[in-house]
Amino acid sequence: MSRDYILHKVRTAIGRSAGQEPAPVPPVLLRVPQLDEEQRLESFSQALEKLAGKTYRAASAADACSYAASLIGSGRAVASNAPFLRECGITGLAGVRTGFLDPDELRSVCAEADIGITSADYALADTGSLVMLSSHREARLVSLLPPVHLAVVPRERILTGLDELLTLLPQPAGQTSSMVLITGPSRTADIEQILVRGVHGPGEIHVVLV
Amino acid sequence: MNPLPVQKLHKTLADANLQLAIYTATGRLMDKRQDSIPAHLAGDFQQWREQAHQVKKHTLENLDHYLEQLESNVTGRGGKVVYARDGGEVADFILDLAKRKNARLIVKSKSMTTEEIDLNERLEHHQLEAVETDLGEYIIQLAHERPYHIVAPALHKTRYDVASILTQRLGVEREIVIEKQTRIARSVLREKFLTADIGITGANFLVADSGAVVLVENEGNARLTSSAPRVHIAVAGIEKLIPRAVDLAVFLKLLGRSATGQPLTVYTSFLSGPRRSGEIDGPEEFYLVLLDNGRTRLLADRPKRQSLYCIRCGACLNHCPVYRKIGGHNYPWVYSGPIGAIITPQYLGVAQDPWLPFASSLCGACAEVCPVKIDIPQILLDLRSEATKAKDRERQGRLEHLAFRLWAWLMCHPRLYELGGLMASAISGNGEGRGWLRTLPAFFNVGPLRAWMSQRDLPPPPRRTFRQLWRTRSEREEG
Repeated sequence: MSRDYILHKVRTAIGRSAGQEPAPVPPVLLRVPQLDEEQRLESFSQALEKLAGKTYRAASAADACSYAASLIGSGRAVASNAPFLRECGITGLAGVRTGFLDPDELRSVCAEADIGITSADYALADTGSLVMLSSHREARLVSLLPPVHLAVVPRERILTGLDELLTLLPQPAGQTSSMVLITGPSRTADIEQILVRGVHGPGEIHVVLV
Repeated sequence: MNPLPVQKLHKTLADANLQLAIYTATGRLMDKRQDSIPAHLAGDFQQWREQAHQVKKHTLENLDHYLEQLESNVTGRGGKVVYARDGGEVADFILDLAKRKNARLIVKSKSMTTEEIDLNERLEHHQLEAVETDLGEYIIQLAHERPYHIVAPALHKTRYDVASILTQRLGVEREIVIEKQTRIARSVLREKFLTADIGITGANFLVADSGAVVLVENEGNARLTSSAPRVHIAVAGIEKLIPRAVDLAVFLKLLGRSATGQPLTVYTSFLSGPRRSGEIDGPEEFYLVLLDNGRTRLLADRPKRQSLYCIRCGACLNHCPVYRKIGGHNYPWVYSGPIGAIITPQYLGVAQDPWLPFASSLCGACAEVCPVKIDIPQILLDLRSEATKAKDRERQGRLEHLAFRLWAWLMCHPRLYELGGLMASAISGNGEGRGWLRTLPAFFNVGPLRAWMSQRDLPPPPRRTFRQLWRTRSEREEG
């Protein structure tokens, strides 16, 4: 069997025996800076806008909802099952479909939609990233198939960066099969190193910080 | 290994458009990397490099432990782990699975590991359609070529080349605007994503304590490949392991910056097993294929083991004066540039004509930018030494041996050496300041010397040798 063959070859190569305890692992290198909420907001907006993402600071849930309404216009939107979207009243807007639990149905709706609306579990201030954990609230395809992605996020979920995220969540796999960091719109530079946005994922990303 | 592709090399060097394409693209990549490491991060960046080096060293020195930990965590989360000795075993597994699932269409996201084992050809041979979905990789697949660069596979193609490829292969109207070319690819591939039975990805990292595969990308094709089809297969070399999810803090920051000058790439996916109960979408089945294919042989070689630390960022290619001239297709295998020069002979075994380790000026730029601090120049020297010893054993290269022994003898006899210098002046006959020596006098212009001179010019020997000048000077001072 290849498993035993390869493990045997590995052990022979490094001079270890089966079941032997590993040497001590080097200490973790994580550094979490101290930033207040305003600094995190500012840093997040700057980082995302540098990548051609759009950010909007909403004064209230109603304000966030009206931003969403004007972005949707007369288009078709699909919203994730995140409770925060319902709290903001976004799931009740005209043109918004939500509440999908069947993967095939969700997929075909996402494939046709103009806008995908999600919340996010966290956001990262230094890189302008959204952190999405797959669950019954957030599906994977809502932030991926439609050409525009709108994320509505409570501002207290903005962390300083990757180091703080991994400090809070050292075992992401304990919670979900899929954690995705989204940093700006989908892009490529595969032809002549020239930047093009919106290859397979959304070419536009809007983040409303409530 | 193939012999030195002299004609192909000359063709590459003579192709002005290609030279410009390589030079421009690698130049842009170098600039982007530099811009992503501003002065205030320079110290941190060096600390990350050292940390990454130490973590990789530790992981490989305890690799069996981490492989077993990874395996038990993947299995515990409902995935399956398959070990494969070589490309044949990977293909056998996938073909068998495809048969059981009645699968026809496979979408793939960019993976050097599957390129290494010619997976697409193996699958197509059995009537499976395997479609590359990374834009650059898709172009290369349509053109039936190998990737030109670890990170930017279509680096050598201009928009005009791409226009011709799309017209020929897809029957679309000729389109030279890059944005529109991208739209064409998007719409063709979108259909494939939504109908594919199996998605195959590589892995940028395997995380032992989580049983997770980490995928780093900008387009969204790896997310689609790993989320849309019912089955997700990740194929990865056994050296891709890191011990803990928290180690990603360092590795992700290094990889994005070194590869494309991004603090983080657009999408970073951390995937462990298939969709769990309660989750709405994602694959129903997850398989992780762990590939050896020469890696355990390299693991056993302690001084050169660090070649396995590589995270495939491509920075050494962009900074290499040799790669920037000869491009990616003159290297004998899918891995090009300095990292290709060291892992190719080690994965495949040093064969009869090992020119690769010699095709370097040993300038050291690769080691300076390597995010995991692989000492590439030292490994090149070690490989040269091995190749030379092998030649000695086979009693090849005796002429070269003799020439160097003669040289050493000459260097030990100052009078004779001086005589040689005088003779060189006399024979070449060129005075100072009259330009460069482009060929040698006919008597010497043969064999290896001739080959050497065909690419190089020499300054002519001075009219008066150093020794003569020294003597004059001493006489003057004494006098």
